[in-house]
Amino acid sequence: MTMDLTTIWAFIIAFAVFAYVVMDGFDLGIGILFPTFEVGPERDRAMNSIAPVWDGNETWLVLGGGGLFAAFPLAYAVILPATYPLIIAMLLGLVFRGVAFEYRWRDPSHRKLWDVAFTGGSLVAAMAQGMTLGALLQGIEVVDRAYAGSWWDWLTPYTLLTGLGTVAGYALLGATWLVWKLDGESQHHARKLGKRAAWATFVLMGAVSLYNVFLNADYAERWLSAPEIYYAAPVPILTGLIALALLRALSVERHSKPFWLSLALFFFGMAGLGVTIWPYVIPPDVTIWDAAAPERSQIFMLIGVAITMPLIIAYTAWAYYVFRGKVGHEGYH
Amino acid sequence: MFDGLDALLLARIQFAFTVSFHFIFPAFSIGLASYLAVLEGLWLKTGKPLYLDLFKYWLKIFAIAFAMGVVSGIVMSYQFGTNWSVFSDVAGPVIGPLMAYEVLTAFFLEAGFLGVMLFGMERVGKKLHFAATLMVAVGTTISAFWILSVNSWMHTPVGYEMGANGQFLPGPSWWTIVFNPSFPYRLVHTVLAAFITTAFVVGGVGAFHLIKDRTNAHARKMFSMAMWMAALVVPVQIVAGDMHGLNTLEHQPQKVMAMEGHYESHPDGAPLYLFGIPNDEEQRLDYAVGIPKLSSLILKHDLDAPLAGLDTIPDDEQPPVAIVFWSFRIMIGMGFAMLGVGLWSLLARWRGKLYDWSWLHRAALVMAPSGFVAVLAGWITTEVGRQPYVIYNLLRTEDAASPLAAPAVGASLVAFVVVYFFVFGAGVWYILHLMRKAPHAGEYGVKRGDKGPIRTAGITPGLTQDPSDGTTKDLSGSKQEPEERP
Repeated sequence: MTMDLTTIWAFIIAFAVFAYVVMDGFDLGIGILFPTFEVGPERDRAMNSIAPVWDGNETWLVLGGGGLFAAFPLAYAVILPATYPLIIAMLLGLVFRGVAFEYRWRDPSHRKLWDVAFTGGSLVAAMAQGMTLGALLQGIEVVDRAYAGSWWDWLTPYTLLTGLGTVAGYALLGATWLVWKLDGESQHHARKLGKRAAWATFVLMGAVSLYNVFLNADYAERWLSAPEIYYAAPVPILTGLIALALLRALSVERHSKPFWLSLALFFFGMAGLGVTIWPYVIPPDVTIWDAAAPERSQIFMLIGVAITMPLIIAYTAWAYYVFRGKVGHEGYH
Repeated sequence: MFDGLDALLLARIQFAFTVSFHFIFPAFSIGLASYLAVLEGLWLKTGKPLYLDLFKYWLKIFAIAFAMGVVSGIVMSYQFGTNWSVFSDVAGPVIGPLMAYEVLTAFFLEAGFLGVMLFGMERVGKKLHFAATLMVAVGTTISAFWILSVNSWMHTPVGYEMGANGQFLPGPSWWTIVFNPSFPYRLVHTVLAAFITTAFVVGGVGAFHLIKDRTNAHARKMFSMAMWMAALVVPVQIVAGDMHGLNTLEHQPQKVMAMEGHYESHPDGAPLYLFGIPNDEEQRLDYAVGIPKLSSLILKHDLDAPLAGLDTIPDDEQPPVAIVFWSFRIMIGMGFAMLGVGLWSLLARWRGKLYDWSWLHRAALVMAPSGFVAVLAGWITTEVGRQPYVIYNLLRTEDAASPLAAPAVGASLVAFVVVYFFVFGAGVWYILHLMRKAPHAGEYGVKRGDKGPIRTAGITPGLTQDPSDGTTKDLSGSKQEPEERP
């Protein structure tokens, strides 16, 4: 694999998707776990732990979509119609999730309703994102630069499995984030949730991985034949080690460590997906080079990324730093 | 249930619905972000707590409007691909990078600093907080820059080359693409429209509270500031709109023909039709009422200048005249009504009666939503006026859609309509609820977790007051929570 512009852009999009998945992942995970928190201060604090940052986190989704549109327009134009119901469901889920942050404070007499919207929206968005990933991995039929499959291609046991895996993974991120940001009884509760979510994530991740290997001869070859296996093998091995460390960190009284280990778990999970799908952007036929925008578009955007990305990372880090530490009982006051 | 309907038509309705709903929020939040920056800047400069109160009053409203803008905006960023995949594929190499720049330079800036702007005053201090507010305001404007460049390119596409695979590819100069011929005019016209929209909302809220209590100093200040904007910026906007119109005449003549209702060509001076019923079938304007030669005077600055009509355009290249004709008149009507309010306020100010003329206050209250009506009417004029093309003269709308079946698009359209009316209806209701409360000294900010056990025990709420702002110290507290419901 040569480091041409198209490859660089594939990595940039992968980075945006990863940033989105882990950052909005813990927001959505908190939404998914929200009903298990006690009505009142406990829920308020869980919500407050992400209120100042969720909007920035969600922006990575726009970069993932907008970046795909710009760098791989054909992929954007094929994947979205192919997964139409999933994308619409995700967008509507995100609408409910996003407004719930404001509305639940504005309208205490309907707070229960907006809490349900928060959870429902988060759950639908997470499931839809995971199923979209599954629909992509299982392959999309393309004829004449357009989606050529049928209406329900996106709905299979495999996509349901990837959907559930994503829900579990987000719940893990959310729980470990709360272990970090909460204290006392609430932290204890988050730790318990974290353990359950971790087990669910391991099982579903493992199932998806096995399914990948059996689903597709190409995928199997990539993972199981020499010499590829030597590059690929460290990914599952490291993932396993991280999983063990995570369970341990959740058992002893650690604060931020479980979250960082969950991030690492996601990182290797995504690296594994990268190995699986490479060099296709739409398996089984369209490679990143087939779908790439022309060089002029790639260079123009690359200049923008080179200038803005360090700044974005810097001020995003600053915003997190401003709201560092345990969430107080009184919220941000 | 949608089998009888055309998937293309449904997709068009869905786009029109979601983009119209979306644009309401940025039209307001672009102006409001700048207004908040001005208020906070004035507070830092003068130290007057009144400005901080107004800042906090509008910050709560901004938080809700911004959230609605964000969630409805994400829908837009994906809808190009879900419903207009052919357009996305062929235009992606040219407009995709501009949208990527919007995300990189605007969305992250807004979102990154929004948390600090809403909740961080106590944590970062006044100056840094003001910097965050400025970043959010600048971000909203940069966002307008890029997305209007994209939109303008669809009206006046230049600087591209055709690829062998049917894609539009960027030519050697991105500058040519970004600063395409209609962009400067559209940018100025739209950003001014956002400022004016916000001014009339602020003015309407101020007027509402003046009607109830004309001594309310906070209501006076916001009303006065808004009326200055109305008096000074609306005339500028009318000039900018006129220039935008002339630019459209140069690049998209049939849009202007539809706006004017000129089915027939006028070799020696075209009339300005004030009223008429467009009749596409007969290709004439029924019951037309017009002023002779005035259209030529406005568009060509010459009473006798010839103006071509839609009779020079093949039927299948004409936009739907009635929609363009009427939406244009609604926008113009709103513009002149706004100008009237602005001039009226100048007169009142000159007489020293700005806070006393209750009919002016009533007019300003009625006109509070006028900006939204005007911007939507304006967008309908320009977008419908581009039809039947999505990229003017190059790609027809009917050729741009995704290969989706009508039931799928119909179902998503219904879902959008139901969810948007429910969710954004609730949001608008919450905003109106906040606006109904009179602005007062010791205004609280955006707050969280107000039911927390410590707060009720007497901990001072942070954003609700600044420690240095002594005058409001004793007034803030949970007693004044807005959370109680009617």
